[in-house]
Amino acid sequence: MNQFLRALSGSQQVAALFFLVFGVLSLASAALLLVSLREREDGAFKAAFGSDLTDLRRLLRHSWLMVATFWLGWVLGGWFAISVFGLVAFFALREFITLSPTHRSDHRSLILAFFVVLPVQFWLAGGRHFDLFTVFIPVYVFLALPLVGALADDPHRFLERNAKMQWGIMVCVYGTSHVPALVRLEIPGYADKSAFLVFFLVLVVQTCMLVQHLAARKLQRSPYAPHISQSFNWTSWAMGVAAGGLAGGLLAGITPFKPGQALAMALIACVAGTAGHLVMKALKRDRGITHWGTEGQSITGASGLLDRVDALCFAAPIFFHSVRWFFSL
Amino acid sequence: MLAKFTSFILLGLVRLLTGAQARWHGCPPKAEQRIYFANHQSHVDLVLIWAALPSELRSITRPIAAKDYWTASRFKKWLTSAVFNAIYVDRVRTKDAAGVEQDPLEPLVDALQSGDSIILFPEGTRGHLPEPQSFKAGLFNLAVQFPQVVLVPTWIHNVQRVMPKGEVIPVPVLCSVTFGTPMQVAPGEERWAFLDRARLNVIALRDV
Repeated sequence: MNQFLRALSGSQQVAALFFLVFGVLSLASAALLLVSLREREDGAFKAAFGSDLTDLRRLLRHSWLMVATFWLGWVLGGWFAISVFGLVAFFALREFITLSPTHRSDHRSLILAFFVVLPVQFWLAGGRHFDLFTVFIPVYVFLALPLVGALADDPHRFLERNAKMQWGIMVCVYGTSHVPALVRLEIPGYADKSAFLVFFLVLVVQTCMLVQHLAARKLQRSPYAPHISQSFNWTSWAMGVAAGGLAGGLLAGITPFKPGQALAMALIACVAGTAGHLVMKALKRDRGITHWGTEGQSITGASGLLDRVDALCFAAPIFFHSVRWFFSL
Repeated sequence: MLAKFTSFILLGLVRLLTGAQARWHGCPPKAEQRIYFANHQSHVDLVLIWAALPSELRSITRPIAAKDYWTASRFKKWLTSAVFNAIYVDRVRTKDAAGVEQDPLEPLVDALQSGDSIILFPEGTRGHLPEPQSFKAGLFNLAVQFPQVVLVPTWIHNVQRVMPKGEVIPVPVLCSVTFGTPMQVAPGEERWAFLDRARLNVIALRDV
């Protein structure tokens, strides 16, 4: 089996991976369908079971959507992948801006953010201009945005308004743009296979988040920062990061790293991802909400995309730069 | 053909920028004759409600457009007449050739008589305050004249952030349109009492 996989070319290996993932998802969907067909007698149990089932169904639907997005990005390749992630960044930023009320004098800055900064950042990623890609937002945009804001001639809460905007761009545009940038990295001896790096990153971070979540539920430790998160505590955090790191170490075969290196990279990604999740929770608390979208019920109609990608938004830049630094690209 | 294509593109654009989510809170989307009356903060209001309605209702619902703004250029005029199928209303009273003052409600009455639903902004002008201004009498007059038409209060959320007064490029911000419980003129109800009640019904939808 191993021999067979090694004999495949890079893109064939990626195709095999997608085949595997889609297979697992299909099995999960089929299992869920079969379970939901079964008749339940007990009323209370039925209600609890039903809500569990709805949760599962939602999780599965999101997973399908996410994998399909990745798959489409990979199949159509290059610039299309860039555009797909550009669209994700666009929706995420739209959600962020909707929930952080901006003033009418921010209008020009918003136009700049959505229609100039976002496309340029993704164009830089697509064109492999990684030096400018790295500094474009933190240096140039962060100096240009307050200028546009100042020209709007409105000193009211100037610092706060700018901070919101810059933070939104940092998370939604800068963070997200590093996922397709990862695909564009040209690692020697790893041609056509950089899609594996994205898979590695997503899987490792998701494993870590999932284990942390389950551990927090099981252990019931007192939360470390209860005003920010009711579930965050160091024990379950450590368990999550360890699980993510372990998953990374086991996946070393699909990465350009040796097992030890893969473990270290996975740990870096997990620490960044969990930290990002916590920071985004703090932001949500500041806005007085618990989720970015409440399943179509919120007045804004926000869909909760940010809830799905917040960990990745933080993990991707740090992972990307670690990889780049590691291979001196 | 061109109008169909434009409406398709425009619908996609509006959804991309604002989500244009419809929330039916007091009544289902139903093909009965209705007057939707909503708060008015931007010229985009009309486009947003149009986009939020399901396509079956969109074709039988005609928005009211301010004549001076929406007929200012040939493109705007074509857009409102061919794509939105809008009814033009004068914001200032004009006199016809014989010097008789025109009733600004007349085109609305015509549309209602022919069985169309309409979208009305009873404030008359765009507000810039969080709460809508007091409603003008037109809504009451139509309600009395057409008692069988269902009156649906409607709240448009966030649209002023998409395109504030004086700006030309819209920015992406999620918006929603909330449709509330239908209301009626109570027997013997005074004009201003009804208009106040209608306004409060619209405001109440802000927080559901």
